[in-house]
Amino acid sequence: MAQNPSGPRTLFDKLWDSHAIVTREDGQTLLWVDRHFVHEGSFHAFNKLRERGAKVAHPHLTFGIADHYVPTRRTGHGIDTAIQNMLDQLERNTSENGVMLFGLNDPRQGIVHVVGPEQGLTLPGLLIVCGDSHTSTHGAFGAWGFGIGASEVAHVLMTQTLWQRKPKRMRITVDGTLALGVGAKDIALSIIARIGADGAQGHAVEYAGSAIRALSMEGRLTLCNLSIEAGARCGMVAPDETTIAYLRNRPFAPARDDFERAAEDWLRLRTDENAKFDREIVLDASEIAPVVTWGVSPEDALPITTAVPDPESIPDSGRATQIRDALTYMDLKPGQKLTDIRIDRVFIGSCTNSRIEDLRAAAKVLSGRKAKVPGLVSPGSSLVKQQAEAEGLDQIFKEAGLEWVESGCSMCVGMNGDIVQPGERCASTTNRNFKGRQGPGARTHLMSPAMVAAAAVSGHLADVRPLIEERS
Amino acid sequence: MQPFQRLAATACPLPYANIDTDQLIPARFMKRSRAEGYGGYLLHDMRFSGDNVEISDFPLNRPRHRNAQILVARRNFGAGSSREAAVYALVDYGIRCVIAPSFGDIFASNSVNNGLLPARVDERDAETLIRLLEANDTMLIVDLMEQMISAGGLSVPFNIDPVWRMKLLNGWDDIDLTINQADAITRFRADDLSRRPWAVPRTAC
Ligand code: SF4
Repeated sequence: MAQNPSGPRTLFDKLWDSHAIVTREDGQTLLWVDRHFVHEGSFHAFNKLRERGAKVAHPHLTFGIADHYVPTRRTGHGIDTAIQNMLDQLERNTSENGVMLFGLNDPRQGIVHVVGPEQGLTLPGLLIVCGDSHTSTHGAFGAWGFGIGASEVAHVLMTQTLWQRKPKRMRITVDGTLALGVGAKDIALSIIARIGADGAQGHAVEYAGSAIRALSMEGRLTLCNLSIEAGARCGMVAPDETTIAYLRNRPFAPARDDFERAAEDWLRLRTDENAKFDREIVLDASEIAPVVTWGVSPEDALPITTAVPDPESIPDSGRATQIRDALTYMDLKPGQKLTDIRIDRVFIGSCTNSRIEDLRAAAKVLSGRKAKVPGLVSPGSSLVKQQAEAEGLDQIFKEAGLEWVESGCSMCVGMNGDIVQPGERCASTTNRNFKGRQGPGARTHLMSPAMVAAAAVSGHLADVRPLIEERS
Repeated sequence: MQPFQRLAATACPLPYANIDTDQLIPARFMKRSRAEGYGGYLLHDMRFSGDNVEISDFPLNRPRHRNAQILVARRNFGAGSSREAAVYALVDYGIRCVIAPSFGDIFASNSVNNGLLPARVDERDAETLIRLLEANDTMLIVDLMEQMISAGGLSVPFNIDPVWRMKLLNGWDDIDLTINQADAITRFRADDLSRRPWAVPRTAC
């Protein structure tokens, strides 16, 4: 849908307009990139630069972060040579190009999508890219964040720009109040279950409504993080006082008067009244229950109170085949109650749910209880880890029987060797339940940190609500 | 980049939805250098069992589909991560075109940057093609000029973004196009610094 340039615009239109350098006749637009994050996997792109004899055009707008391959147990374990090589390559590629690196031993190290906001590198109104699909996370600040491939990473490194065609605009409105024990992860999984894992393909999503406004920055980050699991190009929440309060005094954010002036600009970044979206989705927050996934795509999500679907009762034969295949991989029976699914381990971490609020939510459920299965807790950054330890959360995790480790992508993707063993079933706060995502043959159930904690103390998937009620 | 105009080649049906990038190339292979080629890792855990034995009834392992340069899959092909390695695995295996009802956006864009055509077809047409390839035919003709897929008497149209079509037809690389815009970039940058002074990271000023 073409927008009248002087007419009402959506938040996304405003971001688009403020970054457009030129638009070609064919509709392709060259955009200015404000922030670029690179990680160990960016070596393909740096190799492309080398082939061309090119250098990074604006090194001070690019930041390197070691996260995908970093070991989460850093003492007493030798690092695997192939992994060490990935870390060394990043170190070399960033230092040769004058790019700042949050490396393995930097006290600010962590997962790129946790560190960016934490350091104030992520700000409203910015165009942020990274060779990682969950760059959509940064949209929580009213920024435009999206993941790009290695060819595009090389292009951004060489030019600080990127060619894009304008995505369509979709608004997802969630009004009402969330029930106790229900959070951003449940909203996101409910949306994906409803529209499908490709439901937002080709769209820039804006989240709106009173339930979204009521979310903390942590909650908004989780929500925007999962936009890509609905296939969206990006997801965003317009900046408000919650956003401004989070950003004040962040190291890389503007300071003092500059900050106040910037905040005025940021608060203007919102969708004009009467601006048109290509698609609108509306959800009622009060109807959202704690959700878990049962299959091998994030769209395979259901309220914990329900049962595994039965392919025989699905009229669409394609979908029925898909469900049958998922149930085989996941070793589940049609009609089996979700709360009857026994688990082998838990994982709390990843850029989706490893911020301080996530750890607090899990700790609240685990406190004074014992986990019936082993598990790993990996905070999203070294600073989150420090904060959690200052609050005594690490003690709660350890006393419950879980392992408290350093920050990194860890068991979200298993690149550093933290994997779920073949055939094992893991209740996980991550974002992808794809086959083999957490390790070859691993079976993943996605859910919120509180729900993972509930599964840990129950030994099976469980509704966290009674466990919370027991406490209050 | 090698231009893509018309391709007549063996096609392999992959009757699965949501073939994500973690399946296209499992993460554990991504530490390797591209120089060795990524083709051997393509769909690794679908093609090989735990002890590295070929799964004989996986479509790509059947003798008649083994040399495929075209894949036909169900919806949401290439969903998931931005790893361009997923495209490298396809390209290094010899695949030049994937036909599906929908694609992960980042995957599709990575494909075009590597000369691989992501051809979007109607869900029903994808099913027809899958049935055809399962039954007997193994050859498809993909014509990017005409945006048409054909086999025997059958013709199926496909969609692709017009810009991507031009890039593929000509084998264009974005960088060359961008370098021509150097002046516009410099002008934008100067204006932007006064419009959005807060966009520059503080400690880097
Ligand atoms: S935690 Fe997982 S999803 Fe997030 S950046 Fe790391 S690998 Fe990607």
